[in-house]
Amino acid sequence: MNSTFTWLFDPEHWSGPTGIPARILEHLGYTALTVLIAAVIAVPLGAIIGHTGRGTFLVAGLSNGLRALPELGLLTLLVLLTYVGLMPVVISLVILAIPPVLAGTYAGIRNVDRSVVDAAHGMGMRGSTVLLQVELPNALPLILGGIRAATLQVIATATIAAYVSLGGLGRFVIDGNNAGAGSPDGYPQMAAGAIVVALLALAVEGVLALVERGVVSPGVRNASKTQRTSRLRRRPTTDLVENPT
Amino acid sequence: MIEFQAVTKEYPDGTVAVDNLDLTVEDGKITVFVGPSGCGKTTSLRMINRMIDPTGGTILLDGKDIRESDPPLLRRGIGYVIQHAGLFPHRTVLDNVATVPLLTGAGKRAARTKAAELMELVGLPAQFAKRYPAQLSGGQQQRVGVARALAADPPVLLMDEPFSAVDPIVRDDLQQQLLRLQSELDKTIVFVTHDIDEAIKLGDRVAVFRVGGRLAQYDTPSALLARPADEFVSSFVGRDRGYRALGFLTASGVPVGPVATVKIGEPVGAVDGGWAVAIDTDGRPLGWVAADRMSTKDLAVSEGDLISGGSLFEVDSTASGTAGSLRNALDAALSSPAAIGIAVDGDGAVVGGVTADTVLSALADARRSGEVPT
Amino acid sequence: MNIDWPWPWLERNLDDIGTATGEHLYLALLPVLAGLLISVPLGWASSRWGVARGILVPLAGVLYTIPSLALITLVPLLMGTRIIDPLNVQVPLAIYTIALLVRSVSDALLAVPGEVTAAATAVGYRPFHRFLTVELPLAVPVIIAGLRVAVVSAMSLTSVGALVGIGGLGGLITEGFLRNNGVELVVAIILIVVIALVIDALLLLVGRVITPWSRAQQRTGAKA
Repeated sequence: MNSTFTWLFDPEHWSGPTGIPARILEHLGYTALTVLIAAVIAVPLGAIIGHTGRGTFLVAGLSNGLRALPELGLLTLLVLLTYVGLMPVVISLVILAIPPVLAGTYAGIRNVDRSVVDAAHGMGMRGSTVLLQVELPNALPLILGGIRAATLQVIATATIAAYVSLGGLGRFVIDGNNAGAGSPDGYPQMAAGAIVVALLALAVEGVLALVERGVVSPGVRNASKTQRTSRLRRRPTTDLVENPT
Repeated sequence: MIEFQAVTKEYPDGTVAVDNLDLTVEDGKITVFVGPSGCGKTTSLRMINRMIDPTGGTILLDGKDIRESDPPLLRRGIGYVIQHAGLFPHRTVLDNVATVPLLTGAGKRAARTKAAELMELVGLPAQFAKRYPAQLSGGQQQRVGVARALAADPPVLLMDEPFSAVDPIVRDDLQQQLLRLQSELDKTIVFVTHDIDEAIKLGDRVAVFRVGGRLAQYDTPSALLARPADEFVSSFVGRDRGYRALGFLTASGVPVGPVATVKIGEPVGAVDGGWAVAIDTDGRPLGWVAADRMSTKDLAVSEGDLISGGSLFEVDSTASGTAGSLRNALDAALSSPAAIGIAVDGDGAVVGGVTADTVLSALADARRSGEVPT
Repeated sequence: MNIDWPWPWLERNLDDIGTATGEHLYLALLPVLAGLLISVPLGWASSRWGVARGILVPLAGVLYTIPSLALITLVPLLMGTRIIDPLNVQVPLAIYTIALLVRSVSDALLAVPGEVTAAATAVGYRPFHRFLTVELPLAVPVIIAGLRVAVVSAMSLTSVGALVGIGGLGGLITEGFLRNNGVELVVAIILIVVIALVIDALLLLVGRVITPWSRAQQRTGAKA
């Protein structure tokens, strides 16, 4: 325990390109990039599938199939197939980040009250307008939920990606492991890295929760709250059923 | 004017939702489509604004085939109210009402002003404007739905079971409000319901559909009650047809006789027939006093002596010209402990009484003189 | 990458593959089972008392957020195990399972219609007996759904343990990677995925078998 905290608070480990802050930024950078790419792909895809009702097999298939795929396996496979570098890692991360966003977007759009959609069409809105002005704003809580789940997924997988030479906070764990049990840069480094990444994940989750609160229309927040508690009495939710970290 | 010409809707699996419908919806009237589940009333309604397209036949709106119009543009000129309102949860009440004006290109301010006017028209307090639909009750949400449908001042209003999801008291209120609105606005309204009483109450003309999408009868409510076309319509309209038909006959021909009245604190004295109506200082009825059963006729009448009375019926009031119907008069007579129905004027003050006999003989006279219900 | 025609390598290493698979199942499934057993009472408490729910559900959320490699790494620190100890993988997996299933169990029990439990009590069931014979069975479909997710995730997450030297099929992945042996890598991945999906299907089947009433509902298309 002591050695871990010694390592953690050693000022040497807080400076320079291999220091903790640098790794944190790297880690966040990979995460942000990945989630952005995944969202750009998955949100429109999920929205269209949800709006038209066509292609739902894609949502179910991807979500379930990819959950069984070991992240480490995907990472190493892609690196082996291509080269050691950023691209295969980002591709793996994006592949793993797409299902939660896709599922969240799809669920969000489908969950919009059918009578609201009917009324929107009945009033003379075009399909695209209905999707953009009515369905998406009301789907926002679930879409953001999907993005949150994806972000945490990526933070976790990026940690593992250090194994295939990626930077980020996973480096401390991998390097520490390689340094050997007895070394002061061994387990203490691993544990310190683990603590930092755990705290980072929690912090990011907290920030995203606040963002969600700020972005979602108050009318939808309240509506979904009453919906959720009344659903609790009738139908359970299993929204922890995203890709785990 | 909306014309259905041999309109049919058949689904790929063979179900026929609407079968060869020929019907004309008149301008400025409330036309009700009514029938049991699966009779095609909602399908027919939704074909008017092309939410569903017919598989056969033509629908003309003011002489023009609706198939020639781009559906979204067609719909912006038709108001649409549905059962659970379908308000946008993510927009305020005001913005919900302003939806169609905004859609048709009105500026935000103009649209919101119009929306505020409409909120007032349907009786929603101004402070609801900034609220979100989730904060409103079912009845309030329905009002917003109606306001939203009227916002662009469409000549046609389609209403699909709009009051079915609220409780009876709220429903009654909303129905009254609709009738009031219509008397001011004169829209062409097509209203769908499964409730025959609602149809009779609201409709100027009622179309009864049978299961399988065929039109059974299209008539005025009183004609429906008096001359149902067949067994199906007759049983759909329900029991007490004769009695309910009385609701369409005015009671202005029924002679109102005098009735003994007494104020609280006064002695009742000798009364012809044994019953007197206790009234307050404004002449409004409080209850009946059974003069026969009072031990001493000279004793002052107190509240404890009152027996609660039956329903009241309003006599032809010079101000509003609304007389109660024969049904009101008959019910007043039948529900009174004294067998005398109390007639009141526009202010609620007692003007006299009627008995069941006088009501029925007035009805017989009307029949004889040819004033048969139409 | 070295892609040998797989059969020779497979034949030579069948033993090792078998051992690794066995290890993997031991590392992955035991914690899920333990997690399930712990989750039922916790989930029940959560469904019954708002206070419990108010603590357990957020706690579950927090634990679920922590990356797997981090938890695996920290177990020695928190529990004093050696660095290469199966518990390092099993404890985090159990934690994730509990985090997932407490919510499932709680929601499932809350979804049992009030009238049903009231009727059972009125008929004369004692609370615990009623729980076992009425509420729990009705909660099964949702619990099984959560369990399926837990198992499939566990199978996949176990491989992360290889990064700190804890075996299983993850070890074959890392070995394959380091030795540039694509076959070994792919075989390990395929095994993990296939076994996970098989167990998933089995659980689905078990769920259907022990809830004959839901099959009947599906047939008539009716809702309870």
